[in-house]
Amino acid sequence: MSVDKDTVRRIAKLARIALEEDRVEPMERELNGILAWVEQLQEVNVEGVVPMTSVVAQKLKMREDVVTDGNIAEAVTANAPVSEDNFFVVPKVVE
Amino acid sequence: MSQHAEKTIKGETGDWEIVVGMEVHAQVLSKAKLFSGTSTEFGAEPNSHVSFVDAAMPGMLPVINRFCVEQAVKTGLGLKAKINNRSVFDRKNYFFPDLPQGYQISQYKDPIVGEGEIILDMPNGATVVVGIERLHLEQDAGKMLHDQHPDQSFVDLNRAGTALMEIVSKPHMRSSEEAAAFLKKLRAIVRYLGTCDGNMDEGSMRADVNVSVCKPGGYEKFRETGSFKHLGTRCEIKNVNSMRFVQMAVEYEARRQVEIIEGGGTIKQETRRYDSKLNETRSMRSKEDAHDYRYFPDPDLLPLELEQSWVDSIKASLPELPDEKKARFIKDFGISAYDAGVLVGEKELADFYEELARGVDAKAAANWLNNEVLGRLNRDGLGITQSPVSASANNAIIRMMGDGTISGKLAKDLLDIVWSEGGDPVQIVEQRGMKQVTDTSAIEKAVEAVIAANPEKVEEIKAKPKLAGWFVGQVMKQTGGKANPAAVNAVLKTRLNLPDEG
Amino acid sequence: MPLPSKLTDFTLAEARDAVLGRKISSTELTKAFSKAVADAKPLNAFVTETPEKALEMAAASDTRIAKGEARPLEGLPLAIKDLFCTKGVKTTAGSNILNNFIPPYESTVTQNLWDAGAVMLGKTNMDEFAMGSSNETSYYKPVLSPWRAKNSNAALVPGGSSGGSASAVAANLCLGATGTDTGGSIRQPAAVTGTVGLKPTYGRCSRWGTVAFASSLDQAGPMTRTVRDAAILLRHMASVDPKDSTSVDTPVPDYEAGLENGVKGLRVGIPKEYRIDGAPPEIDTLWQKGTDWLKAQGAQIVEVSLPHTKYALPAYYIVAPAEASSNLARYDGVRFGHRTKEAVRDMIDLYEKSRAEGFGAEVRRRILIGTYVLSAGYYDAYYTRAQKIRTLILRDFEQAWEQCDVLLTPATPGPAFAIGEKSNDPISMYLNDVFTVTVNLAGLPGLAVPAGLTADGLPLGLQIIGKAFDEATVLRAGRSIETAANFTAKPQHWWAA
Repeated sequence: MSVDKDTVRRIAKLARIALEEDRVEPMERELNGILAWVEQLQEVNVEGVVPMTSVVAQKLKMREDVVTDGNIAEAVTANAPVSEDNFFVVPKVVE
Repeated sequence: MSQHAEKTIKGETGDWEIVVGMEVHAQVLSKAKLFSGTSTEFGAEPNSHVSFVDAAMPGMLPVINRFCVEQAVKTGLGLKAKINNRSVFDRKNYFFPDLPQGYQISQYKDPIVGEGEIILDMPNGATVVVGIERLHLEQDAGKMLHDQHPDQSFVDLNRAGTALMEIVSKPHMRSSEEAAAFLKKLRAIVRYLGTCDGNMDEGSMRADVNVSVCKPGGYEKFRETGSFKHLGTRCEIKNVNSMRFVQMAVEYEARRQVEIIEGGGTIKQETRRYDSKLNETRSMRSKEDAHDYRYFPDPDLLPLELEQSWVDSIKASLPELPDEKKARFIKDFGISAYDAGVLVGEKELADFYEELARGVDAKAAANWLNNEVLGRLNRDGLGITQSPVSASANNAIIRMMGDGTISGKLAKDLLDIVWSEGGDPVQIVEQRGMKQVTDTSAIEKAVEAVIAANPEKVEEIKAKPKLAGWFVGQVMKQTGGKANPAAVNAVLKTRLNLPDEG
Repeated sequence: MPLPSKLTDFTLAEARDAVLGRKISSTELTKAFSKAVADAKPLNAFVTETPEKALEMAAASDTRIAKGEARPLEGLPLAIKDLFCTKGVKTTAGSNILNNFIPPYESTVTQNLWDAGAVMLGKTNMDEFAMGSSNETSYYKPVLSPWRAKNSNAALVPGGSSGGSASAVAANLCLGATGTDTGGSIRQPAAVTGTVGLKPTYGRCSRWGTVAFASSLDQAGPMTRTVRDAAILLRHMASVDPKDSTSVDTPVPDYEAGLENGVKGLRVGIPKEYRIDGAPPEIDTLWQKGTDWLKAQGAQIVEVSLPHTKYALPAYYIVAPAEASSNLARYDGVRFGHRTKEAVRDMIDLYEKSRAEGFGAEVRRRILIGTYVLSAGYYDAYYTRAQKIRTLILRDFEQAWEQCDVLLTPATPGPAFAIGEKSNDPISMYLNDVFTVTVNLAGLPGLAVPAGLTADGLPLGLQIIGKAFDEATVLRAGRSIETAANFTAKPQHWWAA
């Protein structure tokens, strides 16, 4: 399988990474290089094999329903590029 | 078997039928969020109920809240659904400022709860079984405020990470009424279970309603074959937040679709928004790119494996649910299926009724609740939990009415007194001398006084025995309403030689 | 053994004994290392140096030692890879997107180290978001290896992604360092810098507070000058962490205890699939030497087969980018990190510009690959298939464990290469991890031990792979290699003024 330029533009859009038009072709080439290389996986017979979801052989840990965190709005917003009154601020979003 | 009260739409070219399915997001009642130890409390200061985990700071990891899992299992059991002892959390990837991780942790292929059902009792007596497709756990998003600034939006993550149950129905509803009844019944079930507060105003329950229309017979073919090709193209109406709006939105949307199809158009599968002010649905501008959520199992979490014994213990502790309670009310109290259905529709109402009916005639209690208590609450714009007269005080009044301590008329007066002034009804009856007079000599005295004062009426009654009612009224007046009407009748009958009534 | 004359030549174990035995103070030790760090600017091993913080911590350690309240790593100066969030100290992950990020929290691994008394010298440079095998993808410029080939002044890479840590350890700028390893990022730089690097079993060290690259593969571990030092450091990095759902509930043993017990009777597997075409003959020769050393010390050598080995690297380049594409979605310029200064039309524009500016070429490439392999219609062909191959790789190891207790393999397909030599060919760069990546896919522990020099005088390492949570045996076998190899070579001190 390989990607074309439209696919490169579409996945860059999905990933929310601006891709200048003159970068589309080189990116297409790079991605196709990698995809051609991973193509060898197609030769493996994976019939009946269960895909791995975790290498850890243990049960999922659970926490109790207790409030142990919060009330740190200033620390939470301290690294924000723009914030006001402990809100994160972004350009107007039309929902 | 379900018997739908099909509601057909009369179109230009013939009849059309409505098919509705629903996805309901119900906020799990828990103290802390699904994957962090932050409070779920509503209405806090901006970003104060946010941890570094909720804000998706680098390196932060989710750890699941056991109680939220329990609540989901409990809800699944309440929907008579299959509990999946192994489920998987997936990431649903998309960018939005209210979604800090850039993905929502949800369950995609392997939800915690599988197929179940909800039974609807429609007012016409029909019973409709609506299949439940699945229930899964997921994180809620944060909130955006758009009115603080002309060209900026403010992001508050207090709600981000709160546990939601997404409950998905099968497309088994056939009218706007059934759609509203489904949401109402689901709400009753989660409130009985205590797994969601069902508060639709605060957004604790939101419904996405899928509507399509088809020609008569299409739905039956769909049920036979399971193939959606027999149904029309559906539109999803997002985030409807009341039963009434569900009903109105379905009606509007079905008509809109019929008009398009009959006008030679086709329905485009899309998401729409219901505008309650204009009573219409509108297409939501589709996002720049088609959604491609790139679901994959969250590698920060392991599969969720439940011990059957734990599920069993949750099952054993389930409270009585609306359907069971209704059956018990019919059996134990002898009230009608309809009355029982109305009573169990709200857990608080059912509890009120049970308390009010304790040890007294159940039907009289049901009538009293319907006519007196609910009438007054309605008048005052109050809910059952806000009733100024408690269920047990009502029970005392009904008891006094039943054993003849007070008359039916005085019982209503007494309810009004307790309603506005409060107090113990039994004491009020004592203190204010409201007890019914059953003492025959006192009644005889009053009867004599009325006869003496109205000799012409005594003559008249010989010809017109129906005038006895007038005499009863006069005697009641003399006794300040306290005379036992039956005793008054008996005395009058003897004294005036009235014939027996048929 | 006599102690070295220079404090910076101490091993971690020697420094520990000297500090706890009050032969030297933490303050003098810390000053010596802070000076070495400051003098080693040409190596570019550190993104952030914290000499003042180091001195404060050292003074506090000296106070504790004086009061008889010393902890196991009391007063020992370490370097921390800039992927571990350190409270109040800038943490960049080697990326422009976190250029100004000051975490208000401390990662579990570093907290464990400070709780054991260790001292922080600074944060080490690394490939951006740990994506790289040469440290050339760092936004903060490449790290140089302290090693140079014989008769050459060409700058060499220190390997990656933990290249800053490797360079700092090799150049004696710290007693030890933390690294992280997703596909070989501890073992590969350790091998090419003549140092020891241990990737523990997945779930042994908490991932909480460490910037994520690929969640199902990432694992923190120690980088040191000796196997003993790695054993000491791992004990105080590892923990059972309730904040990490994938942290395993197994108590942390004393890895130092059985270190000298030797390999007599140990069954050492030699996987034939690790003999690859095109590898320099020196690699095979060294591997054979390692086999002979262990055999000579009483180990039983067994030929084993790990048939799916060749698929590990391509499977990794599906799984890791897929997870990374999702893990790196949080760098969106909203709550922390870089936001574009350019005018934006809307939120989407803000995301796209901020992320394009914030991420470097390799990170962008991997995010796009990851986005593609997870996208509708391709998920099963790529991601599901890669995860199935992971199952097969784990199964290979499980079958091998029926025949042997540890595996011995080369650590890398070659020595350090020149800066710029492979940076235009992603796949030849990826092949650096060909021997290390299988271990990540299977979640197993792997240890790189320096074992010899190439003809050009550049270090090469061998790798010991063990069963899950059997780091003790891995370290013990590694110690036997170390003893036999007697690797004493050190780079020329060319970088200091």
